[in-house]
Amino acid sequence: MEPEDRVIVAIAGLNALIGALDRDGYRVLGPTVRDGVIACGDISGVDELPAGWSDEQDGGRYRLTRSGAETIFGFTSGAQAWKRFLHPPRQRLWRATRDGDRVRVHAEPAPDERFAFIGVRACDLHAIAIQDRVLTEGAYPDPFYTARRKELFIVAVNCARAGGTCFCTSMGTGPAATSGFDIALTELPGEGGSSFVAQAGSPRGAALLRDVADRPATAEECAAAEAIVARTAASMGRAMPDHDLRALLLDNPDHPRWDDVADRCLTCGNCTMVCPTCFCTTTEDSADLSGTESTRTQRWESCFTMDFSYIHGGSVRASSRARYRQWMTHKLATWIDQFGTSGCVGCGRCITWCPVGIDITEEVAAIAQG
Amino acid sequence: MEDLQRIIRAHPFFAGLSDAFSELIGGCARNVVFAEGDHLFRQGEEADALYLLRSGQVALEITAPGRGTMTFLTLGPGDVVGVSWLVPPYRWSYDARVVEPTRAIAMDAHCLRRKCEDDPALGYELMKRFVPVLSQRLQAARLQMLDVYGPDG
Amino acid sequence: MDQMAEPRMAHPLVPRVAHVRRRWRDGPDVWTLEIEDGAGSGFMPGQFNMLTVFGVGEVPISLSGDPADGNRIRHTVRAVGPVTRALARLRPGDPLGLRGPFGTGWPTDALDGRDVVIVAGGLGLAPLRPAILQLLARRDRIGRLTLVYGARSPDQILFARQQDRWGRRSDIEVAVTVDHATSPWRGYVGVVTTLIPRAVSDPANTVALVCGPEIMMRFAAAALTDAGLPETAIHLSMERNMKCAVGLCGHCQFGADFLCRDGPVFRLDRIARRLALREI
Repeated sequence: MEPEDRVIVAIAGLNALIGALDRDGYRVLGPTVRDGVIACGDISGVDELPAGWSDEQDGGRYRLTRSGAETIFGFTSGAQAWKRFLHPPRQRLWRATRDGDRVRVHAEPAPDERFAFIGVRACDLHAIAIQDRVLTEGAYPDPFYTARRKELFIVAVNCARAGGTCFCTSMGTGPAATSGFDIALTELPGEGGSSFVAQAGSPRGAALLRDVADRPATAEECAAAEAIVARTAASMGRAMPDHDLRALLLDNPDHPRWDDVADRCLTCGNCTMVCPTCFCTTTEDSADLSGTESTRTQRWESCFTMDFSYIHGGSVRASSRARYRQWMTHKLATWIDQFGTSGCVGCGRCITWCPVGIDITEEVAAIAQG
Repeated sequence: MEDLQRIIRAHPFFAGLSDAFSELIGGCARNVVFAEGDHLFRQGEEADALYLLRSGQVALEITAPGRGTMTFLTLGPGDVVGVSWLVPPYRWSYDARVVEPTRAIAMDAHCLRRKCEDDPALGYELMKRFVPVLSQRLQAARLQMLDVYGPDG
Repeated sequence: MDQMAEPRMAHPLVPRVAHVRRRWRDGPDVWTLEIEDGAGSGFMPGQFNMLTVFGVGEVPISLSGDPADGNRIRHTVRAVGPVTRALARLRPGDPLGLRGPFGTGWPTDALDGRDVVIVAGGLGLAPLRPAILQLLARRDRIGRLTLVYGARSPDQILFARQQDRWGRRSDIEVAVTVDHATSPWRGYVGVVTTLIPRAVSDPANTVALVCGPEIMMRFAAAALTDAGLPETAIHLSMERNMKCAVGLCGHCQFGADFLCRDGPVFRLDRIARRLALREI
């Protein structure tokens, strides 16, 4: 994208963008402060965004802090990835009604909800692209994800700082948004409030930007935006070791480090819930008391549960060692065989939200040490 | 005698045995025939022979009070029956019942043991043939113990 | 029968409605259901369907009937969990949900001119039965055909009457062994692997199809390899937890493979290393 394609959008312009998306029938979702964290929720204007908020993140630790500046996007990844909207925690699949021996199965219709996501970071853009591969590009696409994804409008935000557990630079997934968005913003702090250097990534994005932009960005403004992202890249506190991770993990299924991490891992599955690419689900069937109607609901499932690998008689992966190994080996190694890409985007959520602070980059480093 | 040696060497257990050794052990061998329901031996009796099965079928069984008779292995042509002849106190630890009319070579245990003591090279040759059988039986017993087809299998 | 009343759903996670035609017992806790599947479009031996008891749940069950019977399919289940127990209680006329068939089948089309050894343990004969029926239907295309079957005890032998009938034929050799037996049993006693050497006469030209408990398959694969078969000639049907059957739910992963999509039938050379790993 050439600098002349970039425009300046003021706070009012961002507000207008949210309004325009709302008028176009989108359900606009963005980061908000809720329950002491940054969570994604419905927004109707720019004043609902977490201006002035930042965060401190470390292994097993998350604190919202006042940033001391009035920037809107001064925080980093929250616990929730966007998958909770595209691939929700619960999804009814079908309903069956019974009249005597006659049973009719009513498929759950494809959702017609159109989402607009405001403030998607580069790591999460990659995560969405990865879930696209998993859930839409196989022989049997997930009809619900596919329908929601088709209508999705994405406003990306380049990261102005690296979070305490971020390692996107080493995964090649950030901090700059390079593709997969309709509009990408870089926030420029200023005396009279922030403004944004904006670029379009799609015709839809370009059309909307024309309506809400103030003016073309100057070369200085473009350089300032790039400097912000470059500084973020340089300040990344963690890094995934530079290794052929696929070979490393597939060659080390019996590494003693698996025992070590198993001693710490509580197999709570938090990492899989907050991971923006973890896609596993299970199903629950339920019937009403009269037995005339039953439903099947799909819900998120974690490979850390004993049920996950249960076959008559017991779990295939009964030890926490085996379950942690399955999660990490899948994420970083077999995912590549399955989908042509790593399953990790370096967002750091699994580190922050692990109750005992297990750090995937540290575990890889320990295995890589031999 | 010549004929017995030929039969011994034709049995898979002694395949490729040298002329000298087959002559040595040939003296311990005799042809035996059993009818259905006969016992080659019973639990607790002196283990005085090793049987090389040539035809028929033999069931190895243990009888437990209240549980009846349990067959844990059947053996047929090419198999050997009997381990206890090699290990003091030389007592059979199970019954060997004939399921189908059986022809076998019975090797006298006293004779075999004496010849092995006299000629360690023969003893070692016999061990090399016997230990794999023991190992296979042990492994099979382990698999049976795992009860792989059980409700949890 | 009103599954046609609804528009045909392309949705891979939604079952079609079928009805039980007959049901019979095939062993202790083992039941075979014959199902009228009007929307069925045939299957390959070794494939499986997802069976739903409405209001209870869904399980993957291999097809155990004759692949030549297009719309009349059979499933053989052991009643061990809530869904399989509910399946075993279904009566003729009862509705059930059906998705499938899914998965890879036995390579029955690639066996011309080869000797075939079928090694089955316990309920593992169910997914091999369609392969045997198909091979018997075109018997002249293959060489020696042997079924080696192991069960826990004589009363647990699956499809015992059919195995007896096969045993009386001259175009298939059947060897059945049980782990333990009490008196009236006149057949073999001992683990199934002991019968394998006798079933292989021309190892370079023999293909083996193996299904049973994973540990039994591991030992069977070793016995077949010992008998001279290359890993590329040994095919195993694996089992893992399965929910979606279409590669979306993640449950059935076995290393990089999704059992539902890349299996359940695998060639040994592809999975030998994983087969030796614990808890994978």
